[in-house]
Amino acid sequence: MKKRKWPEAWHEVSPGCVVFAPANAREYHTGSWKAQRPIWDDSKCIQCGVCYIFCPEGCITQNEDKTFRADLDYCKGCGICAHECWPGAITMIEEG
Amino acid sequence: MAKRVGMEVAIAAAEAVGMCNIDMAAVYPITPQSHIAEHLSEIVADGRIDAEFVTVESEHSAISCVTGASATGARVYTATSSQGLMLMHEILPIVSAMRLPVVMGIANRAVSGPLNILNDHSDIMPQRDNGWIVIFSENGQEAVDLTIQSFKIAEHPDVMLPCCVNIDGFQLTHMVEPIEFPDQKQVNKFLPPRKPYATLHPDKPASMGTFAMSDIFHEVMKAKDEALKDSKKTILKVWAEWEKMFGRRYRPVETYLADDADVLLLTMGSMGETAEIAINELREKGVAAGLVKIRLWRPFPFDELKQAVKKAGILVVTDRAVSFGGPGGPVAGEVKAALYDEKKRPLIYNQIIGLGGRDMAVSDFVKMVEDAVKAGAKGITKDYEFYGVRG
Amino acid sequence: MIEIRWHGRGGQGAVTSVEMLALAAIEEGKYAQGFPSFGPERRGAPVAAFNRVDDKQIKVRSGIYEPDVVVVLDPSLVALVNVTEGLKENGILIVNTVLSPDEIRTRTKFKGTIATVDATKIARQELGVPITNTTMLGAVVKAASPVKVESLNAPLKERFGRLAPRNMKALKRAYDELHLSTAA
Repeated sequence: MKKRKWPEAWHEVSPGCVVFAPANAREYHTGSWKAQRPIWDDSKCIQCGVCYIFCPEGCITQNEDKTFRADLDYCKGCGICAHECWPGAITMIEEG
Repeated sequence: MAKRVGMEVAIAAAEAVGMCNIDMAAVYPITPQSHIAEHLSEIVADGRIDAEFVTVESEHSAISCVTGASATGARVYTATSSQGLMLMHEILPIVSAMRLPVVMGIANRAVSGPLNILNDHSDIMPQRDNGWIVIFSENGQEAVDLTIQSFKIAEHPDVMLPCCVNIDGFQLTHMVEPIEFPDQKQVNKFLPPRKPYATLHPDKPASMGTFAMSDIFHEVMKAKDEALKDSKKTILKVWAEWEKMFGRRYRPVETYLADDADVLLLTMGSMGETAEIAINELREKGVAAGLVKIRLWRPFPFDELKQAVKKAGILVVTDRAVSFGGPGGPVAGEVKAALYDEKKRPLIYNQIIGLGGRDMAVSDFVKMVEDAVKAGAKGITKDYEFYGVRG
Repeated sequence: MIEIRWHGRGGQGAVTSVEMLALAAIEEGKYAQGFPSFGPERRGAPVAAFNRVDDKQIKVRSGIYEPDVVVVLDPSLVALVNVTEGLKENGILIVNTVLSPDEIRTRTKFKGTIATVDATKIARQELGVPITNTTMLGAVVKAASPVKVESLNAPLKERFGRLAPRNMKALKRAYDELHLSTAA
């Protein structure tokens, strides 16, 4: 059975619209929104983590080798990371 | 029967809250509610109950604060009046949409302007469509009983809606009168601890106050409307249980000598008792008059109202607020809507009375009914009148 | 039912008087109301407060327009306020004053029972302050008997604590020293 995105009928609405599934934002792949994506020049990156802090989707993580990358399934291409990256390590490039 | 004790009604309302095992209250003082805020904070500060009293900087904060606390599963209370209620307005529909059983006392007072601190119903009427259960008390005893009952009604799993108890400012809040307090053990039995539908607890994560766009919002509003309408069943059950345990009966629409009445007077709130005396006087004069009193304002008791007025030829509806440029008083608007489809319906006079604390004596109610009886259908030349207005 | 209107000035404790009287009546198993003239409280301004006492449940909640008893806490109010307004012809007017009932009758033209007592003097002597609200309760009990004197013990104790006995003494003196002049 196909999982429904929301209740079909009014009487199926959870009282108070309470959602009990934790972290269900993971099911929402906002990566499809993006027209641009960030790329890192790791030679300029000082590993300050500003991109990680400012990313509104929380989709930037630090890898074991200390470099930062965005999870493109969720990255909306907003460019805030590139804007905030003061050493200029992040560039937004066109998708496709 | 418990002993009657003399007490100011606002103090008694706070004492009633103190009997309900609340976890938290946030109340911002405002005339004529202040004695509720002061006394409840004393009850907490004296250690008589184990609860938090949060001193907030406004009524907007008070309602927001109890809403958050209620979401964690706590039993909460707030109270306000007039401008304070207007400031809460923004949050009120959110509380009901989140299906949180917040209980609020309202010391009814006219809204500004001009600035006036006395009693009418212009503060609660703008909150009519917020999805709260709205109940009116007629005397101090009812203020106490209804406050305790409200927690049970609001928290019931078939309801889960906020509930407000209207206590007319000054006429009730500042009146020292006899009150019979229920026994604490009995209250504990009547009102067991809250069992929340959802709580904000990491062991069982939940998102509350969620986002809903056009693809679901319509259904959510329908669900809220059905929940409020459906709450009447539970309200009736709780009132039946109260009567069984404490002996005092509560009904959505109360009547007094109404069964054989040709002319009915309709009131809501503390003026109902004064109107009863007027009905007695009218009966002594040979007028077959009766009284209908609306206790439950939301969900509106359509069936009970129709039943109560079906035999009468004339119905004089009194309103303590104005729907400016509208149908007159909000109560009359509702009553007329309720009776529109009835084959037989009374002539309806709508009298706006007692705005901003304008007193209504027994003789005023007598006159209102006598005038209506005398004029009959010819007397209704306007949709509504401001009773006793000068000029 | 007995309806009482109290006249005082803001801060003189008329509201406390009506509360004490209502509590005493309820303590006796009667029904009672005690309420202020609603509105902002301003020190010194003429104020009124009200009582209703009855053996059966009191339903009426409007203001009191035709009282059975009027109590005046402050002698200066007789000249300032129409204290007999609405007072029933066979009613009782109780005034805190050095004047005699006959002198009050001349000033007010009131035909019913008039009672006077120098409550200010009693209050000064017993309480050390010219606050006459509790003292005048004694005058009201003597002249109109809405409650028994001893029924006021508990409410006064609750409200005034260790000062209660002094208030009670002042109250009893007013009871004893009241001058009564029945209807002409």
